[in-house]
Amino acid sequence: MNTEKRVRVLVGKPGLDGHDRGAQVIAYGLRDLGFEVVYTGLRQKPEDIARAAVEEDVDVVGLSILSGSHLAMTRKVIEKLAELKAGDIMVLVGGVIPEEDIAKLKEMGVAGVFTAGTSIGEIAEFIRSHVRNQGPGSQSVA
Amino acid sequence: MEESWKKLIEDMQNGSLRAMARLITRVENREDGWLDAMKAIYGKGGNARVIGITGPPGAGKSTLVDGLTRKLVDLGFDVGIIAVDPSSPFSGGALLGDRLRMGKATALEGVFVRSMATRGALGGLSQAARDAVKIMDAFGKQIVLIETVGVGQDEVAVVKTADLVLVVCVPGTGDAIQAIKAGVMEIADIFVVNKADLDGADQVVADIQAMLELGAGPSTPDVPVVKTSAVLGSGMDQLAAVMLERLESRQRDSEWLKRQVKEEILVLLEKEIARHLRCGWERNGNLDSVVRQVMSGERDPYSFVKEVVEQFAQSCPEIRT
Repeated sequence: MNTEKRVRVLVGKPGLDGHDRGAQVIAYGLRDLGFEVVYTGLRQKPEDIARAAVEEDVDVVGLSILSGSHLAMTRKVIEKLAELKAGDIMVLVGGVIPEEDIAKLKEMGVAGVFTAGTSIGEIAEFIRSHVRNQGPGSQSVA
Repeated sequence: MEESWKKLIEDMQNGSLRAMARLITRVENREDGWLDAMKAIYGKGGNARVIGITGPPGAGKSTLVDGLTRKLVDLGFDVGIIAVDPSSPFSGGALLGDRLRMGKATALEGVFVRSMATRGALGGLSQAARDAVKIMDAFGKQIVLIETVGVGQDEVAVVKTADLVLVVCVPGTGDAIQAIKAGVMEIADIFVVNKADLDGADQVVADIQAMLELGAGPSTPDVPVVKTSAVLGSGMDQLAAVMLERLESRQRDSEWLKRQVKEEILVLLEKEIARHLRCGWERNGNLDSVVRQVMSGERDPYSFVKEVVEQFAQSCPEIRT
């Protein structure tokens, strides 16, 4: 039986960073490529982002951070996801990320880092090839 | 029932939010075994009351849901929210942005928010939302608010799944009442005039009341009109009180309950049969060959449909007349 599986992505902006044009561009772009995008808006607490990711049962959490606090904020979101037993949800980071921090983010468990100039198509391609449950019978949860 | 479904249902009953969220996804995706899973889930609920909230885009529905939810939580209810946004008819994707305006409610303990896209015609939003309600009900949610897109025919279908329907209107849009008149005005159990802090709110109330009087007969139920300002938080006490009172009288209306159950069975049957036929045809290519035949003038759509319906009736004694 065919199912209507759609990849769901949460786009969120943690912390005190008031610029969300980039996040909106990503959200609209992913929508146009067939994703269901939950957009949670500006100045979110990491715990709120993690909770929204669980309630919305997204496959991917995309964090947009331009404030320089990407290391602290991303760490917190990943910790909060783990607390909610949702550590398997893929985390992506985009925004203004210095080259030397990319490896640090990946060490924390971030699957991909997308800095300025990345095309939406690249991000979509990355998500489609890495997302955990591609179809029916996705893995059980604790 | 398959093990993975069983485990999810069990986990959900033990209070796992993740399991509830995953069940909603898998049922929405119509994964194999979903009907058996829903059968099991159906028996575990039955207590949640469902409130549909509709009205034109920009009426402040999400903000109203935020305010109303906070009020209901204050009164001691566990609240679930289903927020619907449209899918793109071109890409099939969707931008689900209702959480943006529900920031205060989403942070509260006991509130669970799920955004749903309208998706295609295969499953039908009304059914997916209804299933999500049942799952939240089995989890223990006492009130589920469904916020609809604000336009279109699916609207009325979603709202038919509710125990109570709020239609939200706002001042300042000129002929707002005209715009939502067809179909939508009749489904209102309560009218909410939101943005009552703006000029013209009293006029909207008067317009709605005049319209209700025009259509009123001896047996027409009285439809309350409540003024709110979701942004300022005013009117929520009154709205919650009217809502709870109406909900209670609904539950005593056995004729109405009977109609709801009948509607539920018919919609479920219709969607599921259509989905089976369509999925099968798309897989085996029969649909394509009929399309080709129709295009080349070899046959017409009506005779094809008649043939299918007759075949169906023969294999299904229940619908033979």
